[in-house]
Amino acid sequence: MTFLKTAAAAAVMVLAAQAAQAGTTFDVVKARGKVICGVSTGVSGFSAPDSQGKWAGIDVDVCRSIAAAMFGDASKFDVVPLTPVQRFTALQSGEIDVLTRNTTLSLQRDTALGFNAVAVNFYDGQGFMVPVKLNVKSAKELNGATVCVQPGTTTELNLADYFRTNNMQFKPVVIEKQDEIVAAYVAGRCDVLTTDRSQLASVRVTQTPKPEDHVLLPEVISKEPLGPMVRHGDDQWMDLVRWSLFAMIEGEEYGVTSKNVDEQLKSNDPNVKRILGVTPGMGKALGVDEKWAYNIIKQVGNYGESFERNVGKDSPLKLDRGPNAQWNKGGLLYAWPIR
Amino acid sequence: MASAHGTGIKPPARRLTWNDPTVRAVVYQVIALGLVAFGVWYLVSNTLHNLETRKIASGFDFLTREAGFAIGESPIYFGPENTYARAILVGILNTLRVAVVGIILATLLGTIIGIARLSKNWLLAKIASLYVEVMRNIPLLLHLFFWYALITEIMPGPRDALNPMPGVFISNRGIKVPSPTDHFAFDLAAGGFLLGLILSVVVAQWAKKRQERTGLTFPLMWSSLALILGLPLLGWLIGGAPTQLDVPVLRGFNFQGGATLTPEYAALLAGLVIYTAGFIAEVVRSGILAVSHGQWEAASALGFTRGRLLQLIVLPQALRVIIPPMTSQYLNITKNSSLAIAIGYPDIVSIANTTLNQTGQAIEGILVIMGVYLSISLSISLFMNWYNKHIALVER
Repeated sequence: MTFLKTAAAAAVMVLAAQAAQAGTTFDVVKARGKVICGVSTGVSGFSAPDSQGKWAGIDVDVCRSIAAAMFGDASKFDVVPLTPVQRFTALQSGEIDVLTRNTTLSLQRDTALGFNAVAVNFYDGQGFMVPVKLNVKSAKELNGATVCVQPGTTTELNLADYFRTNNMQFKPVVIEKQDEIVAAYVAGRCDVLTTDRSQLASVRVTQTPKPEDHVLLPEVISKEPLGPMVRHGDDQWMDLVRWSLFAMIEGEEYGVTSKNVDEQLKSNDPNVKRILGVTPGMGKALGVDEKWAYNIIKQVGNYGESFERNVGKDSPLKLDRGPNAQWNKGGLLYAWPIR
Repeated sequence: MASAHGTGIKPPARRLTWNDPTVRAVVYQVIALGLVAFGVWYLVSNTLHNLETRKIASGFDFLTREAGFAIGESPIYFGPENTYARAILVGILNTLRVAVVGIILATLLGTIIGIARLSKNWLLAKIASLYVEVMRNIPLLLHLFFWYALITEIMPGPRDALNPMPGVFISNRGIKVPSPTDHFAFDLAAGGFLLGLILSVVVAQWAKKRQERTGLTFPLMWSSLALILGLPLLGWLIGGAPTQLDVPVLRGFNFQGGATLTPEYAALLAGLVIYTAGFIAEVVRSGILAVSHGQWEAASALGFTRGRLLQLIVLPQALRVIIPPMTSQYLNITKNSSLAIAIGYPDIVSIANTTLNQTGQAIEGILVIMGVYLSISLSISLFMNWYNKHIALVER
């Protein structure tokens, strides 16, 4: 593990050199014939291998939509599973083209780390999960608790901030691998597991022996806008990533689904016509085929379909849309217009 | 011979020619050095250039910024409001804490097992062989996972903690023991302990000199034991013999007060010691076997008991063979302690990783880790080399 990280650091030096000389990511990806995305090491609903060993999840769908936009084929992608500590080095070094890994967009990451935050694909917030038998009803009762948390995350910082603000003490137990930290929590090494609430829901359903023995506390202690990130100075590539995501969101807004997308080609709505490339221009501006958004919606589905399939009512997680509903349905999803 | 100077025959003038092996050697070395220097320059300048074009922050300014995260265990106070520099210091101390204790325990355990493997007792020798073959053939990472899982999965939670004796609690949060309160007497006792250690060394040297002069032996073990245990006791008595201890009590989620042996530290220490002891046992065994059989026989003929024989004749000679490979084992313990990251012990790698992730300054973070391990390893090497020289056979 240590070796991997040292190697990763050495790779920063060597690969950073190569990536810079090899031209823009857009051209590199096009020449390679597939897009390489960094994902988590396994958070069910976001990015995790399914029963056939294929990576699936709402983050993987962003990756697939980029592949669909670029190549007209959503299967032309590879994923690189990354721990929180590895993820930024992997993007900086050019090992991956885009980080689609439930990563919180923040000022520090947008600037000092040399990235650009592209757009939000999931609005989340940090929460706490505790065993029911502890009989804790609120995060304010957690004084003196031992808390399991993954290192190198915004979660780790929010946690320290929250306890400081509320004048409470805690002991952190930090383990890098998602599976190991959950195992430590389940074994009772910690009283509390903290991370984004969607992830907690995922862990509760898929990684605890008895989900009903664990409960999420009501407090949401932070804003966690999760979304893809690309390297600084890679504008054309950033455009493609952003608008691939927006195409999924706009698709839902205008009622275009993977099922009806072929009928929608005959739609009279000028918005739909522009999105699906019936009125040309958008694809050319992005430097891809005019059918880019058609391919995304046809092969990956719109945002709503992706949400329900991975984390919503068609998944074991059963998350509500909550803030991830469209802006005109009481949520925060507000894609910029495709025009 | 002397006339050779006068005959006018001069040695041929040195000419720079490719046929001269010295010239070739120098040229090759210059080329090799140049290539290495170019490689380093290329990597460094390219890295700097790329950091610049990507606008990735660089430099060590981040060390003075507030860290903002908490650390699970630390020998000195650390809170989220402290700086990254202090966080890294905590990591270094945690690494040293596990490396030093690990080296001492692994040496003791390894020596015992190494000697046991040579025992005439068939059962003991076989058990020692089995230990060596099993323990050193299991990867260290598995050792760590095993011990960590053993502690966290099998031990009860803090509310049902085992209480083998008053004030001691064993749970999956670690072992809690009473600790001395903040009393002057305990400081005196600690001082007495240190003084006892120093005096023991002084007494040992005096006893050695006296024995060389007069042949009289001195009960060194008992005197040292008396000094090391007696002086702290004396200090404690002088301080007023306080009996108050900081006893851990279950309050809220966990035990408060007392001293803790955390599961992470315990698992890491157990894994390192048990794994490395297997190697050390073999080093010790090979060292003892390297002492020629004649030495054993001669000592036996002089009437030495087996214990005295080992202590006075065999081990001092064996040490010369043992020390160099032992140095490698000590370095291994120190470097292997970085596997702590897998079970969440906050060592230097764990903390530097968190730091480099929060700040995004991967290169600086890795440099810190490399610098720390290099310093620790070189210190161990220097000390062991000095010790090796100290005990080496003095040729007369």
